[in-house]
Amino acid sequence: MPLTGIDDKVVRVDAEAKARGEARYVSDYVLPDMLYACMVRSSVPRARITGIHLPELPEGYYFISAKDIPENGRNELWMIAKDWRCFADGDVRYVGETIGLLVGKDRNILRYLQDNTRIDYEEGVPAVTIDDAIALKGGPIVGEDNVMCSLFCEKGRPMKDVFNEADSVFEETIETGFQEHVHLETNGALITEEDGRYVIYASAQCPFYIRKSVAGLLGISPEDIIIRQTTTGGAFGGKEHFPDVLCGPLLVAESVIHKPIKLIFDRSEDMLYSVKRHPSKTIFRTALDKEGNILGIEGTIYYNCGAYLSASYVVLQRGVFHANGVYDFPATYLKGVGVATNTFPSDAFRGFGAPQTLFAIETHLDHIARRFGFDPAEYKSRYFIKKGGETVTNGHIIEEVKLPEMLSRLAEASDYYRKAEEYGIGSGRGIGISFYNHGGAFTGNGEQAIIKAHARLVKEGKRVRIEVGSTEMGQGFQTALRKIAANTLGIEMEDVDYPNPDTSLVPDSGPTAASRSTMIVGKIVEECAKEMKERWDEGDFSVEKEYVHPEGHPWDQDTFRGDAYLGYGWGAAVVEVEVDRITNEVNTVGIWSCHDIGHAIDELIVHGQVNGGIIQSLGYAAMEKMENRNGHFRQESMSDYVIPTSMDFPKQEWSLVDNPYQWGPQGAKGMGELVFNGADAAYVDAVERALGITVTKIPIPPEDIEEALENA
Amino acid sequence: MHRQIEFRVNGNKVVYSGDPLTRLVDVLRDDLRLTGVKEGCGEGECGACSIIKDGRLVTSCIIPVGACLGSDILTIEGIRDTEKGRCIVEAFRDGGAVQCGFCIPGMVMAAYVLLSSNPAPTDEEIRVAISGNICRCTGYDLIVESIRLAAERGGALWQ
Repeated sequence: MPLTGIDDKVVRVDAEAKARGEARYVSDYVLPDMLYACMVRSSVPRARITGIHLPELPEGYYFISAKDIPENGRNELWMIAKDWRCFADGDVRYVGETIGLLVGKDRNILRYLQDNTRIDYEEGVPAVTIDDAIALKGGPIVGEDNVMCSLFCEKGRPMKDVFNEADSVFEETIETGFQEHVHLETNGALITEEDGRYVIYASAQCPFYIRKSVAGLLGISPEDIIIRQTTTGGAFGGKEHFPDVLCGPLLVAESVIHKPIKLIFDRSEDMLYSVKRHPSKTIFRTALDKEGNILGIEGTIYYNCGAYLSASYVVLQRGVFHANGVYDFPATYLKGVGVATNTFPSDAFRGFGAPQTLFAIETHLDHIARRFGFDPAEYKSRYFIKKGGETVTNGHIIEEVKLPEMLSRLAEASDYYRKAEEYGIGSGRGIGISFYNHGGAFTGNGEQAIIKAHARLVKEGKRVRIEVGSTEMGQGFQTALRKIAANTLGIEMEDVDYPNPDTSLVPDSGPTAASRSTMIVGKIVEECAKEMKERWDEGDFSVEKEYVHPEGHPWDQDTFRGDAYLGYGWGAAVVEVEVDRITNEVNTVGIWSCHDIGHAIDELIVHGQVNGGIIQSLGYAAMEKMENRNGHFRQESMSDYVIPTSMDFPKQEWSLVDNPYQWGPQGAKGMGELVFNGADAAYVDAVERALGITVTKIPIPPEDIEEALENA
Repeated sequence: MHRQIEFRVNGNKVVYSGDPLTRLVDVLRDDLRLTGVKEGCGEGECGACSIIKDGRLVTSCIIPVGACLGSDILTIEGIRDTEKGRCIVEAFRDGGAVQCGFCIPGMVMAAYVLLSSNPAPTDEEIRVAISGNICRCTGYDLIVESIRLAAERGGALWQ
């Protein structure tokens, strides 16, 4: 009997220090002689810079820009691509592009200098929307066609034949908007020097990403920079690549000034000048027979990437791979196109491209079902993919798919079928349902071929220290990972340490992203722990291992064919609403969900993830409207961009189906993103039924419902 | 125009001599190093900087220090080692209320004010009491349950 059972209720390791206000976030750090920094940014979306006029800088104040990058350095941030510049140089491509960094001791003086810095521009015409980009408004931003990245997948017979045989073709366009992360802690970083090395304290998901990204600015190697992750107050993808945009200019400034420098965004900067979820536009054409059966689906998916590629190609791939939802259609052709616009670059956000297409396919299927008089749940369940079923990338589902069981549990808990029948369309009351999944970890064999994740356990006396590059950002990983290690080693969880990573002390475990930490890094830690347990009596020693991908699951990253994911999380959600017929305000009266995450490592943490993911998804669908006019975001504060409060949604009912994953630690799969991927569609389904309207665009706040009613 | 502003923070006398329009959150965090007070939005919307001023829950980012003359201020640092403060912190810890943690000190302050005036709140009353405190991680359910747990565990403490 292990001392720490995997199903034991444990105390979350970081909770007490956080609740007592003792956890140190980056803004809480103060170093001797520390200076502050603030950014000088572009105020126009597309222009040539013709002049930079600074007020006179008092002694001890600096303006750092592209001119300060040394000769052997390159003005680029190396994210997945290298196109995003550290400092704008000659031209600007979006509002908020970094032009320079003002550094000095007094924040009020810095603000004065910032307000009195004038940039002269020769402005161009910006392309802001996907349609602008396609129309080459203002001329192409990249290449000749504004296409930053594209791919396609096909399965089954050629679509031309499928459409020829169809009795009817149903075409519709479904759109999703920007979404802002609103992690309660804004972005921030602090740089200093120790023993001739640069040291950056950062609120970040991926410390190893940062040092790789910024080292080239000074022509130094990543090992010359130490990244120490500070307690991170939420991230959701917003601190995956974006910290590079703060740390790059800070590194250049440090190389000139050689004093500690802190850069903390205020909320309005964090909202206006940070990455967002990619807006999307999906055009589905579905071939149907006389009875309403699906013969094949063709989808063209556009993502608005903003001005630089950053991670967009990978986001787009995931969007395409999830665009047929949880279904096995006889034929699919899915094409993804990422376009360049003059908006802030879009980047990672919980779900990483999957939520947009999952929303699109769920909503599209609801509309088909209703046309033919079927209940959406019953109609969709005919197409549930099963173990062995062919995916859109011509690979196969390897695991048991428990969607039928999840549907019946959910239907019973929510009384779905009775309510669906009883609440008439347009009655003011509606119940909606959705199904979704999320492929765990990096696509295909990327974990082995690209990431080569490492983890290490160090035994000192009876204590064991976990050394990984993975970060705690609120998702509970420090607790989950200690639990896995303690359980495998047969020791108390209190005897396992896992400090925040310092890149000079821990191996690179890959990014904390892609729902991969528990599934992949947790697995390596489990393997290390098994070996350590066998050798326990050898005294003090360490065990380090690299991830090994299971054999027999080929993947071709050039053609996107093969087993894209070995394990998926699966989900189903039901949402019930009542709509005020006068104000069009939607009152959500019930939320039910059921998820398959393999086997849960810690049910209380999972409970919190389920609740939080679903509320974020409902915010995305119902209220989080981020508009961009002429290149400028219109929402610049938490009173303009409204996220859910404790009053907006009721208590949730949730459940899990147990389906241990053969390659996960203690049977666990990824789950952090899955729980974001579907409540939006269930909500929209419920609103559509309650009001008898058709929704093809989210978010849908009350004013947009009004418009939909007028069009109905 | 600078003058001395005298008030109490966590029971200690504080004399601030500087611009009376300085935000209270800056005085607490920068001058007094009470960094358990978090700044989330700077406009009184998110509640991360919540403190108790003369018995009332307020957001310290929209209060000028000049408005604190003679006030009694309590921050998370002033309540966390009291019996009531420990009761809430432990309930938050055990009830799964904490994820990224950035909103949590403010939430603890909101719970403290609620339970001090309403020892046995309903879930609805708890939701109203924390409606000025934004959390992006939890979806609020476990925070509500944890506050109820603090009420139950605290019992007579809150009477």
